[in-house]
Amino acid sequence: MSVLIGKDTRVLVQGITGGAGSFHAKQMIEYGTSVVAGVTPTRGGETFEHAASVGTIKVPVFDTVAQAVKKTGANASVIFVPPPGAADAILEAFDAGVELVVCITEGIPVMDMLKVRRVLETLPKTRLIGPNCPGIITPGACKIGIMPGHIHKPGHIGVVSRSGTLTYEAVGQLTALGVGQSTCVGIGGDPVAGMDFVDVLTLFEADPDTHGVIMIGEIGGGAEERAADFIKHKMKKPVAAFIAGTTAPPGKRMGHAGAIISGGKGTAAAKIHALTEAGARVAPTPSEMATTLLSMMKK
Amino acid sequence: MKIHEYQGKQIFAKYGVPVPKGYPAFTVDEAEAAAKKLVAETGNDVVVVKAQIHAGGRGKGGGVKVAKGGPAEARQIAEKILGMQLVTHQTGPEGQKVRRLYVEQGLAMDRELYLGAVIDRDRRRIAFMASTEGGVEIEKVAHDTPEKILTVHVDPAVGLSAYQSRELAFGLGLEKHGKETVGKFVKLMASLYDVIVKEDCSLCEINPLVILKNGDVVALDAKINFDDNADFRHKGWAELRDADEEDPVELQAKEAGLNYVSLDGNVGCLVNGAGLAMATMDIIKHYGEKHGVAPANFLDVGGGATQEQVTKAFSMILKSPKVKAIFVNIFGGIMKCDVIANGVVAAAKELGLKVPLVVRLEGTNVELGRKILSESGLAIQAATTMADGAEKVVLAVSGGAK
Repeated sequence: MSVLIGKDTRVLVQGITGGAGSFHAKQMIEYGTSVVAGVTPTRGGETFEHAASVGTIKVPVFDTVAQAVKKTGANASVIFVPPPGAADAILEAFDAGVELVVCITEGIPVMDMLKVRRVLETLPKTRLIGPNCPGIITPGACKIGIMPGHIHKPGHIGVVSRSGTLTYEAVGQLTALGVGQSTCVGIGGDPVAGMDFVDVLTLFEADPDTHGVIMIGEIGGGAEERAADFIKHKMKKPVAAFIAGTTAPPGKRMGHAGAIISGGKGTAAAKIHALTEAGARVAPTPSEMATTLLSMMKK
Repeated sequence: MKIHEYQGKQIFAKYGVPVPKGYPAFTVDEAEAAAKKLVAETGNDVVVVKAQIHAGGRGKGGGVKVAKGGPAEARQIAEKILGMQLVTHQTGPEGQKVRRLYVEQGLAMDRELYLGAVIDRDRRRIAFMASTEGGVEIEKVAHDTPEKILTVHVDPAVGLSAYQSRELAFGLGLEKHGKETVGKFVKLMASLYDVIVKEDCSLCEINPLVILKNGDVVALDAKINFDDNADFRHKGWAELRDADEEDPVELQAKEAGLNYVSLDGNVGCLVNGAGLAMATMDIIKHYGEKHGVAPANFLDVGGGATQEQVTKAFSMILKSPKVKAIFVNIFGGIMKCDVIANGVVAAAKELGLKVPLVVRLEGTNVELGRKILSESGLAIQAATTMADGAEKVVLAVSGGAK
């Protein structure tokens, strides 16, 4: 068991003929992900080939997502389309009925994401992860995204994070201690995006195979505070957290479009306070994310 | 990206948001000529000379002055303001040098209001906020008297509706100035919404928005921030950028495709990924605070950086005089450790490594990266974890002093 993706997930790659799309499509295939289709407008009819260790894998390329879904039964899409066309690519996947859309692209204008969110609100079954995220992985079963697969290990800890490399850091710490992960979800660093902490925590709480959660937030916005409220009232499983940006100056965008303290709101201190009040344990340093969670699970 | 008030007003004018007549001036002579032109055009001797810097609170800091005596007085004021070090609550104590002025017609005002628009990230909507408390810091109003801020959220599928603008207009009591004023406000709102959506603004603020004695509604100020992500569809933004208003090192980093923010500390950081870069700063402060050790910068080289970009990034850190030690913290995903190692070695060989260097490498191609570093002959302290690295770099700066 896991959340959102597993062995039976059939993945289509939007932007499969581009540099990032083709590189990561191969990496996903190597990991064992079932990549069933690619989409690049005007390149329909071509075949994407990868000489994988298990033999050559051939993936048909289509002009539209609708065609790809109809022909292959793809039920998840991962988007590597550059920023000018990325929001359009997300909307195309929504319209074709793909129920899990993962957008890796960094740099989508926020005006475009406001429209995407508006459409998403009308689609109760559709889930969007990202944009500006590493993707999602259920170790040993399915990887949809750009994370290094080899650091993961199947197990029972859920990880949800706004930061890519900090997710790797947490996973690396867990695996080094011999502790595996159920599913790791990178929700991305943009101010307006798809699934947020509460959406993912809801799934982890309901998943019998997830026994504890590491949640990694950062400065900016109020998603961590909403998560704290959820943890306090709805969660029984232990949650360890880390919030990046204690030392970040206000008014400065710290790499991620969404990582900015504006008008005194979105500070690390406020988030750490809310999470601690809610019963989550906040790791004092980023080196102690795994040990903090394990200290809560000992009994 | 931020722009100046006069640039914001030029954009407003293009979309039909009413603004006073005015001309930018880069010299005292230009300021006097602008005042002369305004007096001739308006038949009014009163002009306003406004310092143009990328920070709010200019009036309070002495950067905005009214000249009632025509062009000669405008010239005297321009002489004082141009070149001054303007200190406001947003500039920090060192202030910002005034290099540009805006000379504007004086208007007979009746009331000052506040009007602003932001992206409300939690509601995923554009939010318009209006308040009767114009001309003062809106953060203070929001804190002290939040009930005085009226808000409407715009459905992106529908756009701004006239009834929402009327809601704000009646909330501000604009009907007292005549029903034409309500209509003028609604029209201004529609134009402003156009500006925000079409120009990809992440923030748009008019403080104050003024009601004139004749009932007209005019934007007396214009603060616009653009969403940097949208620069691919706005070729004109490059011309609006004022390099003098930005940190030179941050600008240099931006040109090299790096995310860099200058800080006050003494440990240079080179990290991949924004979250890890922030966390690296945090952990240096955690171990270093009581020894006076703190991060000197935020630097995210990103996931797809080339060796040249890494070399550039490391050079920027090496050149900074405040840096007493360097911490390279990499968890390679897409980023390969050998690319980082080659970049670091290239920069260190070119510029010389005069401060202690602590490196923690993990992830893709880690063995190759470590090999490149150890064969480089550079004095590098290898760290096994982030905490180990942070402790080592703190010790390197403080010399173990308690």
